[in-house]
Amino acid sequence: MASAPLHDDTARKNLRTGILAMLGALAMLGMGYAAVPLYDLFCRVTGFGGTTQVASEADANRAASIGLGREISIRFDASMARDVPWEFAPTQSTDTVRIGQRDMATYTARNLSDEPITGTATFNVEPAQAGAYFNKIQCFCFTEQTLAPGQEVTMPVLYYVDPAILEDDVIADVEQITLSYTFHRAKEPVSSALDRSQ
Amino acid sequence: MATTADDFAPGAGAHAGHGGDHDHDHADHKPGFFARWFMSTNHKDIGSLYLMFAIVAGIIGGAISGIMRVELAEPGIQYLQWWAQFMGGANDINTALHMWNVFITAHGLIMVFFMVMPAMIGGFGNWFVPLMIGAPDMAFPRMNNVSFWLTVAGFFSLLFSLFVPGGSGPGAGVGWTVYAPLSTTGSPGPAVDFAIFSLHLAGAGSILGATNFITTIFNMRAPGMTLHKMPLFVWSVLVTAFLLLLALPVLAAAITMLLTDRNFGTTFFDPAGGGDPVLYQHLFWFFGHPEVYIMILPGFGMISQIVATFSRKPVFGYLGMAYAMVAIGVVGFIVWAHHMYTVGLDVNTKMYFTAATMVIAVPTGVKIFSWIATMWGGSLEFKSPMVWSLGFIFLFTVGGVTGVVLANGGIDDNLHDTYYVVAHFHYVLSMGAVFSMFAGFYYWFPKMSGRMHSELLSHIHFWTFFVGVNVIFFPQHFLGMQGMPRRYPDYAEAYTFWHEISTYGYYIMAGSMIFFFVNIAYALLAGKKAEGNPWGEGATTLEWTLPSPPPYHQFETLPVIEDHHDYHDHRPATA
Repeated sequence: MASAPLHDDTARKNLRTGILAMLGALAMLGMGYAAVPLYDLFCRVTGFGGTTQVASEADANRAASIGLGREISIRFDASMARDVPWEFAPTQSTDTVRIGQRDMATYTARNLSDEPITGTATFNVEPAQAGAYFNKIQCFCFTEQTLAPGQEVTMPVLYYVDPAILEDDVIADVEQITLSYTFHRAKEPVSSALDRSQ
Repeated sequence: MATTADDFAPGAGAHAGHGGDHDHDHADHKPGFFARWFMSTNHKDIGSLYLMFAIVAGIIGGAISGIMRVELAEPGIQYLQWWAQFMGGANDINTALHMWNVFITAHGLIMVFFMVMPAMIGGFGNWFVPLMIGAPDMAFPRMNNVSFWLTVAGFFSLLFSLFVPGGSGPGAGVGWTVYAPLSTTGSPGPAVDFAIFSLHLAGAGSILGATNFITTIFNMRAPGMTLHKMPLFVWSVLVTAFLLLLALPVLAAAITMLLTDRNFGTTFFDPAGGGDPVLYQHLFWFFGHPEVYIMILPGFGMISQIVATFSRKPVFGYLGMAYAMVAIGVVGFIVWAHHMYTVGLDVNTKMYFTAATMVIAVPTGVKIFSWIATMWGGSLEFKSPMVWSLGFIFLFTVGGVTGVVLANGGIDDNLHDTYYVVAHFHYVLSMGAVFSMFAGFYYWFPKMSGRMHSELLSHIHFWTFFVGVNVIFFPQHFLGMQGMPRRYPDYAEAYTFWHEISTYGYYIMAGSMIFFFVNIAYALLAGKKAEGNPWGEGATTLEWTLPSPPPYHQFETLPVIEDHHDYHDHRPATA
């Protein structure tokens, strides 16, 4: 009982420290959610995990004007999620292009089921370090693809390998880059998924 | 009286309905049974509750590991189908295999969240942080109560998940890591939702507890008890509390995303909607790696107190010891991807995480060598807490060495998800953390209960437990190096020999626990009354200046840490 004023003081200090600590925890919770867009941004900017780059026509012309480099082999890979009843394959298994040269590859997809299916493709390249130098000007993976029952489509990818790859010691001597796609069933928007579950 | 729980609670309404504690000066007046144990705001009672809870959870989690070890004693599936039916599942092989996943999940989650954390932080932390810094109680006694009961509620949510559908059978079979997509599209049924909710509850309890410890340690130290004079156990709890505060919310975010992916159509971890399952692993391990330090740092603190006590010497390199823990805590946040070497990280990323991980061996080495230097030239006494501490130092070092091996991204490509990893983390946890908890238990049991335990039984417990756990886990290094993968109930016949030995080890370990429980029963029923300080000259921190058990409310007059006191000896001059 000796020191009541000190006592009130402690309670106030405790409240302040406690609130600061809880704010710290809340901030970390926010950081957890902020990680979602930041991770996406990080992958797209750095090509982390083999994330390919998106380039414009102008970028492609600029790259080509630097002068074409040595030849490099591009291998094409295709796969589907388990619940996509499609046939999906590259038209060519490899292409040989010169670094900096624009090239078009095609994939074909056919809907084997008797219902229309909307698919969306995820993509990356291997080795993963090549992601920062693999530029797509146009790709079927930028949008969703809807296939009617039995419909077959040919889908183009327009790409080039950035000559800057030759300056990167880690990846300069790579001889083949594999471009890979996986088709998933496009996810319904949240609202209709909620309707269905009710 | 100045030091009841209510006086620290903010807001005027805090006094309503809890009047029994007021208007008297008797330090030992206790509320009735229900109010004392179910509405407790007393740090010692809450600490005792946490310890009892941890023992119960440890028995359940330990029994589950027994089910797994017995199944693994020989190749083929022996008992899982019986267990599947026992738990209310179908009598087929898929349900049996699902049961295996449920067992590994339950064992992991129970041991991490409901055994080690409640015992170390909730139990010993609550009991001894206020005593060691000379505080009358925790800063927020009511929040302390909320923390405990949230943990209990979380435990019940996890137990409940065992009895509801979780995919191929009852229970959540997703591992303690709850990786997507197994935990999202791969596990229909409410079991995984309950398991996730259990983590939410336990996590919320721990965040509140961490807030409480930080506030208590920063604001409620006795006059003169500067940060650099605090006992190392208090330092360890302070660092642990910061790790909890910064890591657990990230887990909360990640598992909340899992919940919405499962139930509300979001696609955080679903590539079909632009998400990435690897992101879950990044978030999980950003929490998960600090979590392993959360489980061991309070142990470090206890070992420092005990080794100093039974060497009758101040701990060697006090500041180095304190800041080594801070360093371990800081570096622990930037090494998470060494749990993910096989997800497809590029070479540069692996190089960074390998190097950063190895750096942790430096502050950890500082601690190991400082404990040895503390003993050097000391007047050693091999009482029960000390032998458990020596066991800890030896076995934790073994686990640390295999950790340095696994830190290498290249080697891990080969050893990832093998029994080598299982052996490694059981050496640091089920021998590191658990040995430190037994050391702490035998060290403080006389203080907490007022009764002496039997040194003989404690020593028998130590030696049988020491042999048992080594027989369980040492052979698992061989199994892992031969390629035995984790998380499988069946294996090729070539692995039989070491699996069988490992299971014998479990029997030895389980048998040794009998000595532990008999010892507690003996102490409580017939143990000698413990003196205030049963450990003699070497026990110099404030809890030993009080009687055993301490009065219900202690330090009504705050102890004063005089100028001549250093970090080691806090006893008043007259004592």
